[in-house]
Amino acid sequence: MKKKRIYLLIILLQFTITASAVKFAAAADTTEVKSLRGETMIDEPDTAPELKQWQPDRDPIPRDYVQQPPLVPHSIEGYVINVKFNKCLTCHSWANYKESGATKISQTHFEDRDRNVQANVAARRYFCNQCHVPQVNAKPLVDNEFEPVRAIQQH
Amino acid sequence: MFKSSYLWFRSFLGRFSVITIAIGAFIFGIMFWGGFNWAMEATNTETFCISCHEMEENVYREYKNTIHYSNRTGVRATCPDCHVPKEWHHKIVRKIRASNELLHKALGSIDTPEKFEAKRLELATHVWDAMKKTDSRECRNCHDFKSMDYMAQGRRARDRHIVAFEEGQTCIDCHKGVAHSLPDMRSVDPSAAVGER
Repeated sequence: MKKKRIYLLIILLQFTITASAVKFAAAADTTEVKSLRGETMIDEPDTAPELKQWQPDRDPIPRDYVQQPPLVPHSIEGYVINVKFNKCLTCHSWANYKESGATKISQTHFEDRDRNVQANVAARRYFCNQCHVPQVNAKPLVDNEFEPVRAIQQH
Repeated sequence: MFKSSYLWFRSFLGRFSVITIAIGAFIFGIMFWGGFNWAMEATNTETFCISCHEMEENVYREYKNTIHYSNRTGVRATCPDCHVPKEWHHKIVRKIRASNELLHKALGSIDTPEKFEAKRLELATHVWDAMKKTDSRECRNCHDFKSMDYMAQGRRARDRHIVAFEEGQTCIDCHKGVAHSLPDMRSVDPSAAVGER
């Protein structure tokens, strides 16, 4: 009687192990890491990603963290920034912001890296779109639960 | 001498009837006028403009990166659309003024990119002043503010356009460098360029 019970236990245990192994193998199959190309083989042409459009003119976009450079809420196609001219500053400079109704650039932009205040925009802050970028209608590639701190949350 | 050729001309005409002379003059008139306009139109094409390397290597190549060359609706504005007036007498005035450009072509005033760059502000200022004076007439051939639908514009453009037109501003006041690279703007707007000024 006791022997029979042990046999039964062994069979049950074996069954459980097999079942979980099958289940685990199946699970491993679906969670396998996928490349950005997806299922496309290397010798087949990949489908081109959908073209993104620049977002149309909109209200200023709230910041997500305290030191975030504000995003550009309008298209900047064809805007030139070079040594002779900066298209952004024709509206956002201190001399022009009032007339154009734009946000003026921060005072921090007049400091060089040694904190010396310059008479005009410092060279290291001159190329606006190194930090300030416009947005397209793209969805995030991965889920993200990041939330701004309370102090800068807007309701 | 003068009298003899006049006499020859009279005897020459005397050989034809009045009607033949009238018809002849009429045909000659058409040929002359047609030929004149044909020649003027021939100098009013992009191909003609960029047959000078000064135009092809500098302003034309810059223009090819702008919205007036390539855009979503496929409407293109070529050199004469913006730089030559459409109305006949303005066009003639511009064409006569262009003889100065022929002179400087011969002198080689801007025959290298470096020379062109050095003169760019001066040349651009000429065009800006001309457009300011004519209330951006050539822009308005396509962009007439009377037919603008402000509601279809972005919020920033709408606000600026309404205020600017009320104040009597014209296209070129804001839209400089829409088809070509801008010159060194440090003297025009020091706040919109790098450096201590």
